[in-house]
Amino acid sequence: MRQFDRRLAYHFDWLLVLLTLAVAGVGLVTIYSATVATTHTGFTANPLVIRQAAYAALGLVGMVGAVFFDYRRLERYAYVIYAFALVLLVMVPVVGSVGGGARRWINLGFVSVQPSELIKVGLVIALARYFHRARATGDLRLRDVVPAFFLLAVPAVLILAQPDLGTVGVVTIVFFSILFFAGLRVRSFVLLAVIGGAAVPLLWHHLKPYQQQRVMTFLSPEMDPLGAGYHVIQSKIAIGSGMFWGKGYLHGTQNKLNFLPEQHTDFIFSVFAEEWGYVGALVLIALYAALVLRGFQVSYRAKDRFGSLLAFGIVAIVFWQALINVGMTSGILPVVGIPLPFVSYGGSSLTSMMVALGLVINVNMRRFSF
Amino acid sequence: MTSIVASRREVPATFRRRLVVAVAAVLVLFGLALVRLWHLEVTEGDQYRSLSENNRIRLKRVQATRGTILDRKGQILVDNRPSFDIALVPEDAHDVPRTITKLATLLNTDPHEFAGALQAAAHRPPFEDVILKRDIEWDNIVALETHQLELPGVSVQVGPRRTYPFNDMAAHLLGYVGEVSQKEMADRQGYRLGDLIGKAGAERYWEDYLRGVDGGQQVEVDAVGRKLRVLSEVEETPGHTLVMTMDRDLQMAAEKAMGDHEGALVALDPRTGDVLAMVSRPAFDPNVFARGIKKSEWRALLQDRKHPLNSKAVQGTYPPGSTFKVVMAAAALEEGVVNPFTQIFCGGGIFFGNRTFRCWRPSGHGNMNVHEALVRSCDVFFYQVGQRLGIDAIADYAHRFGLGAPTGITLEHESGGIIPSSAWKQQRFGEPWYAGETLSVAIGQGYVTTTPLQMANVMAAIANDGTVYRPQFVKRVETTDGQTIVEEKPVVSNTLGFKKTTLLQIRQALSDVVNSNRGTGSKARVRGIEVGGKTGTSQVGKLGAERTKQGHMARERKDHAWFIAFAPVNAPEIAVAVLAEHAGEHGGTAAAPIAQQVIAHYFGVADDDDATIRQTARLSF
Repeated sequence: MRQFDRRLAYHFDWLLVLLTLAVAGVGLVTIYSATVATTHTGFTANPLVIRQAAYAALGLVGMVGAVFFDYRRLERYAYVIYAFALVLLVMVPVVGSVGGGARRWINLGFVSVQPSELIKVGLVIALARYFHRARATGDLRLRDVVPAFFLLAVPAVLILAQPDLGTVGVVTIVFFSILFFAGLRVRSFVLLAVIGGAAVPLLWHHLKPYQQQRVMTFLSPEMDPLGAGYHVIQSKIAIGSGMFWGKGYLHGTQNKLNFLPEQHTDFIFSVFAEEWGYVGALVLIALYAALVLRGFQVSYRAKDRFGSLLAFGIVAIVFWQALINVGMTSGILPVVGIPLPFVSYGGSSLTSMMVALGLVINVNMRRFSF
Repeated sequence: MTSIVASRREVPATFRRRLVVAVAAVLVLFGLALVRLWHLEVTEGDQYRSLSENNRIRLKRVQATRGTILDRKGQILVDNRPSFDIALVPEDAHDVPRTITKLATLLNTDPHEFAGALQAAAHRPPFEDVILKRDIEWDNIVALETHQLELPGVSVQVGPRRTYPFNDMAAHLLGYVGEVSQKEMADRQGYRLGDLIGKAGAERYWEDYLRGVDGGQQVEVDAVGRKLRVLSEVEETPGHTLVMTMDRDLQMAAEKAMGDHEGALVALDPRTGDVLAMVSRPAFDPNVFARGIKKSEWRALLQDRKHPLNSKAVQGTYPPGSTFKVVMAAAALEEGVVNPFTQIFCGGGIFFGNRTFRCWRPSGHGNMNVHEALVRSCDVFFYQVGQRLGIDAIADYAHRFGLGAPTGITLEHESGGIIPSSAWKQQRFGEPWYAGETLSVAIGQGYVTTTPLQMANVMAAIANDGTVYRPQFVKRVETTDGQTIVEEKPVVSNTLGFKKTTLLQIRQALSDVVNSNRGTGSKARVRGIEVGGKTGTSQVGKLGAERTKQGHMARERKDHAWFIAFAPVNAPEIAVAVLAEHAGEHGGTAAAPIAQQVIAHYFGVADDDDATIRQTARLSF
């Protein structure tokens, strides 16, 4: 506690906390609307809202708790944390419970944990340590980052097996973002792209027709007008019908008539945009942008590589998930089941992301302390 | 703290340079998202608003056409035909009760009938059809079309309907389809309320292949729910074609041969275990289920004392009577308790314990060897053999033939029948086995029960020189363009492992049962084909006392008539078991002629020929 002096408290980043709480608040309000039962006597709140509020409170405690130690301590235990998240992930096929056709949760009795959410943060911490200690700086070659690929590959294969291709996509894109940030040479990215581009048709050729079919429906679910394609068109109707000002809170008809699938999780943005219109969407995206840019600022100012990488990686998760979610609900990206960070219903995602943002604040506070 | 300080690394300039790129990327990508949202919410907002207000985009399922079922020659057994169903989208109806009442008056039916369908569909997704009535008549369709505007939300839809063109023919084997139950929906993936599912027989066991994959359309509808245009569509994938081992012509001949008899008939190919024909009487009409069975009809079927839904061929268990002597003879020859020349004297009965066990021929058969005992079905010979073998050896041999356990055919509720043994009796009744009981078992009475399918399989194993197959009724599954995707290979469930001579001697004896003038099965003779067989008359009431007064007895106490047969004796291609319930006649008079007709048909011997043969057979007595 010696370190936690007045100077540190002075640098506590209230802006990040407020931005996080604002977005989480939007989430609670929208989940209420998405799950509330309308009866002639009025509205009956769904217990899901209460649970999400509890998770938010838990997240806030974790977020504040995450600033009370020096984040550099985390660097030492980075691989332990990563390994712990990995163990949980390995346990999923053994003791996991099934939801929505995939095995993703571990039931701890009072609460279920989704290890694929935790590994996102775990991977960022492990990568931060890896590049913190990397011998070369700045201009990294492919051979410098080979071990980092293993850090990605193990959880990616495990998540792929659940199967949860969307999360694999997010983890991969966050991984490459960190690689870019850490200084992998642009020509290495080009080389990777060429190799990847060449491997895909080769692999494709080796797949059986039914496997190809399965990949195709994943990549372009619109091809299936009965399943995801129908969801996309209803989601687009929801968002578009919000028009500029929205239909008003609790007045979204697409939402109320149950046209939207997963309306409190993956398609929460459609509910929000239907009721709050373009204005609401603009404000929400502005909140995300502010949060991400503030995180970048923390990364920019950080006093060591680990802190800088940590802050960057964490806000990269927020950024990509928000972007992909808005893209898929508005019909320009495939429906891959990525939650809208802090907004979609889900305790593991909300709590772990709030704690992660606590770490960003931690990095920010200690930029003067050494 | 030292370690922390030691691991401190300065942030390199690269990080900061690349952060600038990242900021730009974030702004551009979020900017693009906002452009997309502007396009949806502002540029095209009006259109989407009107789409959402009218809920104009609907999802329509297109039911997959169920796979057809063919016989081994490719002839149709089960097919589909178009059916016109009345569907309602309650959200479009505005005033549902009024619409329903109007609909009921138009169709001249009870509106309560529709209320049930609506209630069952209470939790369906919004704006999805509820099927109110299936398969309506043509004049009703016309009436509905002309009154369409008064019936908002009501539409007539065309869908495939399962049809069984030969009605109750082979109904128990083919099975039937019905609406999926709550339990089935919980157990299996991908079924929705109102979907059809195979409930019995081939329809049930091959459901996954027959079902196909539903297609669907996204359609734009007008204010009363009429289809304006199709936005996008996935065609249904019809189910696969099931090719049965059954021969439709033989099946029909078998059904005809059964006449008014209740009971069952099974014809197998002894070389593979393929079911060539399977009859159970009384039967039911699967078409009743396909069009949606009424509660009263269902109750009537369930409560019918003759149990038409049960397949007597696989579920019915009957004492095998003298047909069991085939198993006894094999056991005796294998165990060496008799050799082909061993003579046993039949004086019309034997005294055992404190009672008399009679032969069916009160005057006795005189000296009998195993061949003659089978040909003339002498009970005394087998009483003696049974005593020499003992119950547990008998049970062992019966089990080798697959008796006492289900054959494993993929049909529901197959019975295993009972093959008693001392351990069985101890377990079942807590009593030791009495030697006297062995005598009843030796002639297929007492505790022994078998199914007609099992007896056909016994015959097949003797015919094919000792292989017990698991009977199967599907040959292969084909795609609609004729590609084979599943091929059923014969499955051997046991090998008898007998001496060559044992089965040869039994086959010769069974040939004489039919073809010698002394035999009990002469009514099974087929011109130009050497048929072998064994008669059986199994008693329902108590053994002995009342056996001669069949004519005056209540039907349910009359004897069952059995006949099991195979042909041709030298290279068998068909094995048959016939059971005529409560025929009140002997196997040789009631069941043998039925088997005769089936075998004659199989070998293409014309009917009028049969008559002459039977004539000659009778004359030769």
